[in-house]
Amino acid sequence: MTTDMTVETMRQMLERLMLQRDIEEFLSMEAELLDERRYDEWLEYIADDIHYHMPIRRNVRFGEQYRENTSADSEISWIDEGKRVLIGRVRQINTGIHWCEEPLSRVRHVVSNVQVYDPEGDEVKVRSRFIVYRNRMEDEVDLFAGKREDILRRDSVTGWKIAKRTIILDQNVLLAKNITFFF
Amino acid sequence: MVNILPSLGDRSLRSLVDLDQGLISREIYVNEEIYKQELEQVYGRAWLFIGHESLVPNPGDFFKSRMGEESVILVRDHKGALHVFLNTCRHRGMKVCRYDDGNTRLFTCPFHGWSYDTDGKLVGVPHFKAAFHEELDKSEFGLHEVAHLCNFYGSIWATWDRDAPSFEDYLGAYADGVRRCFESMDGIDNGVELFQPVQRWRLPCNWKFPAFSFDGDRMHGVTTHRSINVAAIGPQGDRNEGDRHPMRARFPSTAYEMSIRELGHGGHNDIYEQPGVAPYVDTWQTEPPEVDEYYRQAREKKAKKYEGQFLHGGGALIFPNVNIQEQRILHWHPHGVGATESWRLYQVDRNAPQAVRDAQRRYMMRYCGPAGLTESDDMENWNYASEASSGMMARRLPYPFKAGLGHNHGDDRVPGMTLNFDIAEENQRSRLARWLAFMEAGSWNDLYPNTKGK
Repeated sequence: MTTDMTVETMRQMLERLMLQRDIEEFLSMEAELLDERRYDEWLEYIADDIHYHMPIRRNVRFGEQYRENTSADSEISWIDEGKRVLIGRVRQINTGIHWCEEPLSRVRHVVSNVQVYDPEGDEVKVRSRFIVYRNRMEDEVDLFAGKREDILRRDSVTGWKIAKRTIILDQNVLLAKNITFFF
Repeated sequence: MVNILPSLGDRSLRSLVDLDQGLISREIYVNEEIYKQELEQVYGRAWLFIGHESLVPNPGDFFKSRMGEESVILVRDHKGALHVFLNTCRHRGMKVCRYDDGNTRLFTCPFHGWSYDTDGKLVGVPHFKAAFHEELDKSEFGLHEVAHLCNFYGSIWATWDRDAPSFEDYLGAYADGVRRCFESMDGIDNGVELFQPVQRWRLPCNWKFPAFSFDGDRMHGVTTHRSINVAAIGPQGDRNEGDRHPMRARFPSTAYEMSIRELGHGGHNDIYEQPGVAPYVDTWQTEPPEVDEYYRQAREKKAKKYEGQFLHGGGALIFPNVNIQEQRILHWHPHGVGATESWRLYQVDRNAPQAVRDAQRRYMMRYCGPAGLTESDDMENWNYASEASSGMMARRLPYPFKAGLGHNHGDDRVPGMTLNFDIAEENQRSRLARWLAFMEAGSWNDLYPNTKGK
């Protein structure tokens, strides 16, 4: 009896560990696609109904943190869109005449502190932190730090797809001249 | 008054701005000394856009805005009146407001605790008895307030200069066009509110690159924005070759660069051959049908209101640094000679249903702002134009502003306006002419003589 429980517990732990590892590998693979500008391939991992949202962050009085990040329901954000616009962004970069990405920026994603929550059906909530470094032309440098709140969905072809991504950027006034790549 | 620039070997400012030949020295975009003069001569005098009354609907509501390089607070006091104050404590200068927006009873300085009522009065001074022996005259040390504030159909404007003309006089013939940018779609005055919050971001270029070229540089579109149609960000999606603009009904008209030379305001506006309002064409193909339905019904109401009237003109760049359009406000603040803080604010009908608000909001976010697919390319060009104009040799080469030179004309249908071809550089010349006037003027008497005796 006790032995059976231990085996079952170990099986669950192993499953949890495998899930964590699987998702971390997925996020690393995604970062590789973005950093190597394989945007068309990246789009294959984006669910058709994705909500891709980067709120603006306000300076608010203590106690009003609930309204620190702008709402996708009623307010203005930096980015608030679905797959149609993400596809448009990729198409635009791929023209070779989208001047703010021509020549292409050098972008590196460092993704860490990955927290995987308990799966619900075929979806799982994942939180990760990022440092995104952009170097462009000769001496242009932007550094972005923040958190991503994702919902990943199991997919029979690609393993996972990103069904929702909220990007919490740790800036108030955006200190970069533009955002022309993906987080 | 002639401004002498020691950094350029005692040259006058006027020698850098040859409007007859359309040759403008790059120095005015890159010279530190000129920039410092601008802050006083232009930003210390001009009427500047502050925000909108919908940002502060209730007593105690405040919104942090900006005039030139400086932080200001738009606040509705406990009696309901609007004020704009410089965001600095009168004691040691600390910012008394460090939140982007909110509601408060008092602005209390975190340094020594001086506190101010929402009407700007200094009401609290710690150690008033022990340290100041009750001798400090609090009435002398209220928050510093703008000289004039104007609530223009809901939009809020202010100037530091007591001698400035009224805001309506400052706008001149553009008053009507700006007023209509704050109308709801169905033609009701002051019928909009602003989405919140403001998009604010930094551009590595002089403020005049965006402010003086926007709505005065139709020529850039075909090159700068050549890549945009493939992204199909417009309301109609992939239809109409992915055009980023909403569909517009054909209405017999001619487009012009339209400006007021004497005031520096200007936009791309139409003169119509027939009165009234063009019928609505369904355009929001990517949204639920109720969106088009709303706009169509609104347009019908507007058409009734303006039946028989000619609606020439419209939105424009209002000198020096804000472009007022129907659904967006583009505002550029100087942030050092080679940097700009860019702001985007977006109007929406106060009574618009949720589906319309969502459609309009998302369209604006994918079009405008730092992540907007259209505007991102502008920023690249302003960035490196600014950098490549700053060098020792580069700054010796004047910029030609020659497109449409010698082709100005007037039209009785738009009195007070100077017209030029739709694709021209006259609006930019007009802003530069007004800029020079501000830079040379000793006071508002040199800038708006017709206000004498007003």
